[in-house]
Amino acid sequence: MGQLASALVIVIVGVLGCACYFYGSNFLLDKLLPSKNKPYDVVARNLRIAGYIRPWLFLGPAFLALGFYLVYPVVESFRLSFFGRSGEVFVGLSNYAWLFNSDEFYQAFKNNMLWLIVVPTAATFFGLIIAVMTDRIWWGNIAKSLIFMPMAISFIGASVIWKFIYDFRSGDDPQIGLLNAVVVFFGGDPQPWITLPFWNNFFLMVILVWIQTGFAMVILSAALRGIPDETVEAAVLDGANGFQIFYKIMVPQIWGTIAVVWTTITILVLKVFDIVLAMTNGQWGTQVLANEMFDWMFRGGGDFGRGAVVAIVIMVLVVPIMVWNIRRANAEMEGR
Amino acid sequence: MVQSSKRSPLTWLVHATVLFLVVIWTIPTAGLFISSIRDKDQLSVSGWWTALSTSEQRMVTRVTVPKKPLQEDGLYVLTGNVFEDNKQGIVTRFGDSSLRPSEFESGKVAELKRELTLTVLANGDYKMTSPKAFSSRGKRIFYTAEIPPRFTLDNYREVLGSEGLGKSFLNSLTVTIPATIIPILVAAFAAYALAWMQFPGKALFIAAVVGLLVVPLQMSLIPLLRSYNFIGDIFGVGSKGYLGVWLAHMGFGLPLAIYLLRNYIAGLPREIIESARVDGATDFDIFRKIVLPLSFPALASFAIFQFLWVWNDLLIAMVFLGNNPDELVLTGRLRELLGSRGGNWEILTASAFITIIVPLCVFFGLQRFLVRGLLTGSVK
Amino acid sequence: MADVKLTNVKKVYNNQVEVMRDINLDIKQGEFIVFVGPSGCGKSTLLRMISGLESITDGTLEIDGQLVNDIPPAMRGIAMVFQSYALYPHMSVYDNMAFSLQIAKLSKEDIDTQVRKAADMLQLTEYLDRLPKALSGGQRQRVAIGRAIVRKPKVFLFDEPLSNLDAALRVATRMEIANLKESMPESTMIYVTHDQVEAMTLADRIVLLSAGNIEQVGAPLELYENPRNVFVAKFIGAPAMNILPATLMQAGEGTNIQIHSQQAVWVPVATPKNDEQAAVSFGVRPEDLFVVTEGEYLVEGEVAFIEALGEATLLYIKAFGCEDMVICKLSGTPQYKRGASIKLMTKPEKMHLFNTIGLTYRNRV
Repeated sequence: MGQLASALVIVIVGVLGCACYFYGSNFLLDKLLPSKNKPYDVVARNLRIAGYIRPWLFLGPAFLALGFYLVYPVVESFRLSFFGRSGEVFVGLSNYAWLFNSDEFYQAFKNNMLWLIVVPTAATFFGLIIAVMTDRIWWGNIAKSLIFMPMAISFIGASVIWKFIYDFRSGDDPQIGLLNAVVVFFGGDPQPWITLPFWNNFFLMVILVWIQTGFAMVILSAALRGIPDETVEAAVLDGANGFQIFYKIMVPQIWGTIAVVWTTITILVLKVFDIVLAMTNGQWGTQVLANEMFDWMFRGGGDFGRGAVVAIVIMVLVVPIMVWNIRRANAEMEGR
Repeated sequence: MVQSSKRSPLTWLVHATVLFLVVIWTIPTAGLFISSIRDKDQLSVSGWWTALSTSEQRMVTRVTVPKKPLQEDGLYVLTGNVFEDNKQGIVTRFGDSSLRPSEFESGKVAELKRELTLTVLANGDYKMTSPKAFSSRGKRIFYTAEIPPRFTLDNYREVLGSEGLGKSFLNSLTVTIPATIIPILVAAFAAYALAWMQFPGKALFIAAVVGLLVVPLQMSLIPLLRSYNFIGDIFGVGSKGYLGVWLAHMGFGLPLAIYLLRNYIAGLPREIIESARVDGATDFDIFRKIVLPLSFPALASFAIFQFLWVWNDLLIAMVFLGNNPDELVLTGRLRELLGSRGGNWEILTASAFITIIVPLCVFFGLQRFLVRGLLTGSVK
Repeated sequence: MADVKLTNVKKVYNNQVEVMRDINLDIKQGEFIVFVGPSGCGKSTLLRMISGLESITDGTLEIDGQLVNDIPPAMRGIAMVFQSYALYPHMSVYDNMAFSLQIAKLSKEDIDTQVRKAADMLQLTEYLDRLPKALSGGQRQRVAIGRAIVRKPKVFLFDEPLSNLDAALRVATRMEIANLKESMPESTMIYVTHDQVEAMTLADRIVLLSAGNIEQVGAPLELYENPRNVFVAKFIGAPAMNILPATLMQAGEGTNIQIHSQQAVWVPVATPKNDEQAAVSFGVRPEDLFVVTEGEYLVEGEVAFIEALGEATLLYIKAFGCEDMVICKLSGTPQYKRGASIKLMTKPEKMHLFNTIGLTYRNRV
């Protein structure tokens, strides 16, 4: 409890500290560059200078935090990828050489590609289908809320949930994992799903699809509602059936949103490691890049060089989406 | 919508499909919850979907042999109840060997080898007789019993106490509260500057924020770990601690915070800001008295995002907070339990439910803001 | 006291787009000035430059004899009423009006007196505790005005304050603004609108702008009667003045022109000899035309459309040789048929003549 109290104190101190910084720096700026009861020239000059400085007072803390926590690490990771395990000995390209000769890396890379194809596609697809269907039934909002719910569950929590579903009992013991129980019910043989080579990857992906479908659904549902009713009504008058309306009228109009959803989930897939860590820790051929990287950070005391090299690979995969995002944001701002 | 007026078969198909999907999506969580409040013996032998039905279980117990055995009519007698504690059930069959665990009907007297007899009544009382003294190691009794459903909070009691989840819960709160609130203020100021102030490099800064939105967290771990060690050495303090975690969460949460809030704040009516400026308000006044109150929905959205994200985070806590049992947050503890108590589903399900209950409450309570935040962030 | 003086004021966006060029304007204390012009003419930009919300690229702006180019809005002694009212949605009416005074750190009592005085004047007293969203459009507009009044500014700036109101309310609020001006004769008011009726009814002087230039400055009736050029002539007055292409036949004290495919007309304005044979424009307002059946006439044509408005009737006449329809506004409801042939005439003093580049020949005979 004392710990929680100190957390609350920290909140108050932190908020007050921030407030004091912003208030104090503004106050100081106004004191240093006064604009009242001075000759016109002085006032004009002071205001101009203050106008240059003030935005940076507002941006300062964010600027520093972003620099230290995101920009500097990207640069530093790049540098470390040329250094040895403790980050002190320059080793040239040998980390990269190791990377491209490592079966482990290929396995992780291959799996990651599989994740990148399956998860965003499946989540977007289900999200779209559910969004379309829930929009036409009276209890749609309840349905959406329930399908959206896994969003709030941590990856590790979701892993436990699904590990329970995939639970496997050998022999004739009753299966307490739902999946095997269903399989047995229909007369099949129970399987240790998590260790089934290759297919186990898909069983892990299901977890992320389960989590992300709600996200896709919420956004696509809003986009669908943004479609002018007139276009749908016109299509009905033109004699289009339900599926034609969906594929030829609705989907093309929300194409941009679908792309946004798809890329957002793609980014998430690249970062996700909790699920693999919790379910298999990369065993049985389920390794992915993010977990591989985490592994190298601590394996045998940690190899920063190799870890950094894997991080660079993840970063390279993200860059195209990053560029696309920036372009989109710029276009949007110019539109304003 | 166009279709809804027609009660066509298609409409029913839609209802059925959505219902099916909703069931698929909720069943995993429901299963977890139900399992977490089941008796641990039942949990390990039957699926949670049978929780409400009387389950037929095959069980085994070992008779206890007292120091001074009872003697009756020249025979040694052992009595007891197969349901060791106060649990309830109806024994249907019993046996004495693992090969034939349900050889006899309950109530019958079973003639066993070496002139032993065994009777197990439906209520679980057993009686074993033998002409010779019993060996100190009791015989096993196999029995099949119908056990009524049993629900209990014991699992929760256990994980919160001896498994240390209570402490982890506090740790999670300690990490989450400051890491949620502090970035909001920092981000709001930056967002205001990016939305309503003019300065060179503004467009570049916004582009950078959008770019940083997608930088994988993994990139930062190694350099930050090194920096933290370095800074820790300088000040002679450990590199792991709450301060580092709070700041890290702030740093990683800022791009989204700035992006969300800037979009919202830039969308406030220009004339209101200008009116305040004509009224003599400085940028600081405008921010505090106009922008902050009007941005409440966006602030709430981000707060929810950040809360969920920090609460559910495993990576940052693992790297920057350390792995001592006392320092583990809920996600870290759950992961550890998954390793050490992998088969104990009563522990895992209860622990998992404790870790997800707070986010779920936040989610259902404040879903409106969450959706709004998602939409400002992604749909344009 | 609070004169506003603009000297060679320019506004250039992004170093290339020139939106205001060389504006010179002298506004005297106590004047009600209306900036009017078509959308995109720069009237709002000019107002915002005076307010300080837009920077001035070049030239000088003086308020009350004081150079204010680089002075922020709040220190210019101005108050502004915005088109969307720009009320602070999270504050009560009282707080909205008190905001600027609180910023200026006035004492609670002073704030209270001033807010109540303004509220009283605008009949807002009973709404002081409400939030803006609980008010009607007209009430919101009054709050916006009240917010300007409490600051006791030297110069009031209005940026299209009536354009969000419906037609009936617009007329009522227009009168209120006129009354406001009456009650504060010493304050200068600058008012932007695209609606010429507002301009004509409210203004002491109208500043008519087009494409970043001042076309004409003057009292409303002066602009109506003596437009400086074709643009002003067409902008002021509804329906717009008929402009007919013509050739200047004989210059001098009094001018003979030939309206294309129509009559030769004598116009009582002086023109220079040089302009003989030049292509000029002849202008006449629809309300100055009348129908003649015999004798001299100006134009002859067929009635193409008839719009009976009740108090007046508009005839759209396809005049021979003219591309645009000639509009004729007759009072009452005279009966004409579509396709009927008709001849129109006007009085000599109602004739306008513009030279090749559209400037009025000003010297009347």
